[in-house]
Amino acid sequence: MPGIIDARGLLCPIPVIRLARAAVDAAPGTLLTVWATDPAARLDVPAWARMRGHEVVRVEDLPDGAVAMDVRIGAARTPTS
Amino acid sequence: MRATALPCRMSTHDSPSRAGAGDPTPADTAPRARVFLDAGGHAPILPAARRAFDEAIDRGWADPRRLHSEGRTSRLLLEGARESLAASLGARTEEIDLLPSHTLALHAAVRAVARGRRRAGRDVVTSAVERAAVLAAADFAVAQPWDGRAGTRAVIGVDRLGRVDADAFAEAVRAPGVALAALQHANGEVGTRQPVGAVHDAASRAGVPLLVDVGASAGHAELSDDWDLLAADASDWGGLPGIAVLATRARVRRAPDWPEDPERWSPGGVSVPAALAAAVALETARSSRAADDAYRRALVERIRGRVAAEVPDVEVVGDAVDRLPHVVTFSCLYVDGEALVTELDRLGFAVGSGSACTSSTLEPSHVLAAMGVLTHGNVRLCLPRDVTSEGVDRFLDALPGAVRRVRDALGAGGL
Repeated sequence: MPGIIDARGLLCPIPVIRLARAAVDAAPGTLLTVWATDPAARLDVPAWARMRGHEVVRVEDLPDGAVAMDVRIGAARTPTS
Repeated sequence: MRATALPCRMSTHDSPSRAGAGDPTPADTAPRARVFLDAGGHAPILPAARRAFDEAIDRGWADPRRLHSEGRTSRLLLEGARESLAASLGARTEEIDLLPSHTLALHAAVRAVARGRRRAGRDVVTSAVERAAVLAAADFAVAQPWDGRAGTRAVIGVDRLGRVDADAFAEAVRAPGVALAALQHANGEVGTRQPVGAVHDAASRAGVPLLVDVGASAGHAELSDDWDLLAADASDWGGLPGIAVLATRARVRRAPDWPEDPERWSPGGVSVPAALAAAVALETARSSRAADDAYRRALVERIRGRVAAEVPDVEVVGDAVDRLPHVVTFSCLYVDGEALVTELDRLGFAVGSGSACTSSTLEPSHVLAAMGVLTHGNVRLCLPRDVTSEGVDRFLDALPGAVRRVRDALGAGGL
């Protein structure tokens, strides 16, 4: 299934970095899903989305203890280097 | 201070020197001094405190509970320390208990009041950003089966700046069955000051005692008398580690849930020399507070400005204005907090962090989490009084490169 970033077992900030990498090539409006087990991801994915102009539209607990978050990619992405 | 209580040498009000602030050293020959920017809860010990400690070892080594002359001398010194601490904190001497750590002081406050007021109620109200010791003690206290029923801990959230919702807090203390409420004077991780006055008004009207943790504020910020219990940490204001102060207004009902001891509220008592050092350190800190405030406030202002301008993808958190003078925190996107702390340490800078990998629990800071800000790549600075402008500038010069190297190591450059 496209648009899923499986970051289970990875520690922050790696899940956010994987998600950000996928977001670079995503068109505005695209829905990306990230799966993560690190408790910090639950906090840092929404914070990243806020800083980058994306939107977390769904947060769901998975049966294996991971969290799934859907992020809608925003229109005004301005990556800085 | 009632100066009669302490030997005069101990009450010398010398400000810490800021060596290096104005005397340039030949940069090409002198090894660069380390820059310590992690003074929260463990500040460098003030010279006056060290002298007081040294002198009190000679005069106050005996057990203050004994009836002989040596014991009496110790007791007089201890009483002098309590008097001085009371005066500095706006309390009465008889309201002061000394404990061997800030954690124990917070535990004792929560446990003793929760048990003392168990018939009035079993619930405890706290902000989401109280110190872990307050949250853990509240969870412990509400779970005790006193009178055959347990309570709950109500947690009041904070905004993006880390400030508690005063109206929600007031509403929570008005609910029936609240034994105790706890709200810090200011947050030691992000510096944001809390609306203690408004919350204390509401708690007083509801007849609920308010515990105010001034562990990050005492000696640094002006305190008010908006409290029913006050907990302060000598190690944070430049005393020696091993002394915390708990002040309890006489009207607050307390009942210990620990074993009997001649020192009812602080079983076993505390080190008399450390208590003396704590008192002298707080007097010293208060005597230079206005100057220290202006000096460190301006440095934090500079840090906030330069970090936001010079480090890409950074979030400087906490209130920019209504804050402690010496605390600033920021989080860098795509940065491993542990790697950044290690890299900065290698470069000569000691900083703290609220990121998960840097804590013993592997959980990110509950303060950053409650604020909804980035928890990874976090750097927490708490400037000691003797911080130099030059040291801060060197840190700010080194930071962007350190962040870039850590990002590049994660393959996150340019994201």
